[in-house]
Amino acid sequence: MLIVLSTAVTFAGGYRVSLQGQRALAMGHTGVAVVNNAELAFFNPAGLVFLENKINAAVGVSAVFSEVVWQNDEFGQMSRTDSPVGTPFYAYFSYKISEKLSVGLAAYTPYGSTVKWEKDWAGSHLVNDIELAAIYVQALASYKITDNLAVGGGPIYVSGSVNFNRNLSRTLTDLEGNRANVTLDDSGISAFGWSAGAMWSPIDSLRIGVNYRSEILVEAEGGEALFKNIPNSPLTPFSDTKFDATLPLPAELTVGASYQFNDKWLVAIDYNRTFWDVYKSLDVDFANQPDERDSNNPRNYQNASIYRFGLQYTANEMFTLRTGYYFDESPLSSGYYAPETPRNDSNNFTGGLTVNISDRVAVDAAFLYSRFEEIKESYAPNPVDFPEYEGTPFEGTYKSGAFTLGLGVTIKI
Amino acid sequence: MKNYFKYIAILALGIVSCEPELDNPIDEAGFYTNGEADFSNYVAIGNSLTAGYADDALYISGQENSYPNILASKFALTQQTNGFNQPLVNDNVGGLLLNGTQITDTRYVLAVGADGPSPARYRGAAPTTDVINKLTGTFNNMGVVGAKSYHLLAPGYGNVAGVSTGTANPYFARFASTDNATIIGDAVAQDPTFFTLWIGNNDVLSYATSGGLGVYQENVTDFTKYGPNDITDPTAFAGVYNSLVTQLTSNGAGGVLINIPKVTSIPYFTVVPYAPLSPADPNFGPQIPTLNSTFAPLNQAFAFLETPERSISFSETAASAVLIRDESLPNLSQQLTQVLIGGGVDPATAGLYGMQYGQSRQATEDDLLLLTSSSVIGTVNQVRMQELMGFGLDQATAGKLSVNGVTYPLQDQYVLTPDEQLLIKNATIAYNIAISQIAEAKALGFVDANTLLDQIASVGGTIYQGVPISSTFVTGGAFSLDGVHLTPRGYAVIANEIINEINTTYKSTVPAVEVGNFGTVTLNNDVQ
Repeated sequence: MLIVLSTAVTFAGGYRVSLQGQRALAMGHTGVAVVNNAELAFFNPAGLVFLENKINAAVGVSAVFSEVVWQNDEFGQMSRTDSPVGTPFYAYFSYKISEKLSVGLAAYTPYGSTVKWEKDWAGSHLVNDIELAAIYVQALASYKITDNLAVGGGPIYVSGSVNFNRNLSRTLTDLEGNRANVTLDDSGISAFGWSAGAMWSPIDSLRIGVNYRSEILVEAEGGEALFKNIPNSPLTPFSDTKFDATLPLPAELTVGASYQFNDKWLVAIDYNRTFWDVYKSLDVDFANQPDERDSNNPRNYQNASIYRFGLQYTANEMFTLRTGYYFDESPLSSGYYAPETPRNDSNNFTGGLTVNISDRVAVDAAFLYSRFEEIKESYAPNPVDFPEYEGTPFEGTYKSGAFTLGLGVTIKI
Repeated sequence: MKNYFKYIAILALGIVSCEPELDNPIDEAGFYTNGEADFSNYVAIGNSLTAGYADDALYISGQENSYPNILASKFALTQQTNGFNQPLVNDNVGGLLLNGTQITDTRYVLAVGADGPSPARYRGAAPTTDVINKLTGTFNNMGVVGAKSYHLLAPGYGNVAGVSTGTANPYFARFASTDNATIIGDAVAQDPTFFTLWIGNNDVLSYATSGGLGVYQENVTDFTKYGPNDITDPTAFAGVYNSLVTQLTSNGAGGVLINIPKVTSIPYFTVVPYAPLSPADPNFGPQIPTLNSTFAPLNQAFAFLETPERSISFSETAASAVLIRDESLPNLSQQLTQVLIGGGVDPATAGLYGMQYGQSRQATEDDLLLLTSSSVIGTVNQVRMQELMGFGLDQATAGKLSVNGVTYPLQDQYVLTPDEQLLIKNATIAYNIAISQIAEAKALGFVDANTLLDQIASVGGTIYQGVPISSTFVTGGAFSLDGVHLTPRGYAVIANEIINEINTTYKSTVPAVEVGNFGTVTLNNDVQ
């Protein structure tokens, strides 16, 4: 059942990838209060029971193009990422058992990041390349309490993976001048969580929704740490070993509303709050090293908000058009811009359409254009908060760019 | 088919529209300016410091971190340049071969032994750079290891045939354009638009690193009369230097002149203390009473001769100074022997003591011991021991009287006495006056490496771009494991100072060098 994930790309705040439904994406990725198709499995499971058909399915994949450019004009240094195209995907299925109860299954990828800098670039002591991925697989139930109020939710199983390479320091090399580096690799890391939501229609045409996804701590245990180009010296006793590390996938709360003006026009607004402050530091515990040699990487993320707005226009039986906008706040604190996920605030513009091929099958397409302002920032953890961090500040001007195209299929039987 | 093109166009749009562009990218023409200088063809002239020599060898990563190579990469950000070509050796092992025979040793690395970390020669591989494999082409880095000022003008200095007889320099022989070429000729033939010149160090440093074995060639301008460890006459130096700069600026090139550091800034001369003999040392402490009683008659003789400052004694509570030979002292061998005999010492012993201690004294804080002395102090001088056995002593006694710096005076080559230091200091000052005058006369940039390295050598060192840097041997970050040449970080500091001076003199905006990105010493335990 699980589709193999290739990596997803950072472009929402931090490593959150907000691409869980092409219809929703086309409308600014609103959806907590929108009853449209099986995408509700992600946006608000409570709404699944409001879908008219007995069987609903939605699958889709996006192509994410995302790059970062960095420069430090004091030293004349400039670098660009050359990251591979990300391909986040989703697959949702719901089955209406009765008028009051629906069940469903969902698989989606809300967190991921692939950033690939030039090897040995000016910031290589912080990151050369990093690939994070998390697939969520969820069983769902949706129950109508009254005709206008439903609740839903279910447990989540997460399979996570990480591959992270950085140079050990700004200067350590072997005899030939090759930079000493470490690769951390682990995959198939299991973790569990849950989500729950409610949807209410106080008056006709107006829906209000709320959805909460729990924080999930992905704990890598016994991952592989591979060291390369280490000098032959007792002063650098690094050899391949195992590592433990915890990567938090933060909790997210969404509230929103949608209003159907008439047959043709629907407007939706969503507010997301992602509880990023769980991500204080990425600490790596090496099995064969004493605690003092563990790698402490301060991150100091802050809770962040996203403000979404979407519009849907049902043109005719064949075509539905959508457009949207959202403002995505960066979770990064000033002074903690690590180049593995450098993200400024962004303005995001979306659009897309649905083509109803037949009664049962529709094709959904969407695009997302993300606009980031350039920002001059640094990675310079405060020694008061992070006394173990020994590095020197890493500064520069960053600019990100991202563009996404998505394609999906909706089935209603 | 048409649809495929549409999809490809959308994909292309996707890729293009996500390529972020900064408002003021540094790779845009005009972001950095070359000002009034023209860096398109930059040539660096100098000695080992210019070549990127470090850890007592020339090796690839050292050459890549030479200050001229660092400068060239920054110059290239301000304008189009013709690149920067260096005469790279073949490996990171160091050492040279001459027709298959090894003629210089491999590089030092920092190895960890029973006594902790210390420099040792790398033995993990053999040198692969053979001098007879001549490099072709022109080289922007004309730094030649070991060159003195007048060598830059010497034809045949790069003739391979002369290497084995010592009339030519193997480092230059590898890349000289012809057998009779001169270093300055090869430099000027490239029609440089910009140059740096750092020469004169060896004119005084070879005397210093020999421990003062050469002579000060005062007023001698005929360089053919000079020995390899002599100090170049300052007037002769100024004449040579002026000629070099005139040739380099003859087509209007801009440039920077760098002056000569003090020997006291260099760990090679400051790391071994003048009083290294510790009573806590189990090989020395227990011997102290015996040594003192052995020297007692000698000290009485010195007192009688009214030269009590020559007496030799070792403290049981504090570190003692080494015993050294000082050639500037009057030789009291004869008188010493007679006084000792008069005091009741047998003639043979008296004669021996007189000969051995006639020109010796213990070191004072004004003496400088060379780095090379650290491996010999306290060890038996085998050559001397054989000599003494030749005079009839048994091996045990001969051995006891041959301990370097304790019973046998440390030879001249290990010590710079105050007289010798004064010669070096005066010559250095004179050279530096000439360099700064010529820089001013020709309106060139001038970098005071003398003051800079003095700051780095001060107690506690200095903080450069937030990075602590000092001249402490091994750990200070500025000097490599030979105690004379700089580390990549040290060369980066020099390059950054040159850039500051260029930006002031030529109104350019060459970007700075991030010195913290450059390493210091290389760790490796393949030293057996």
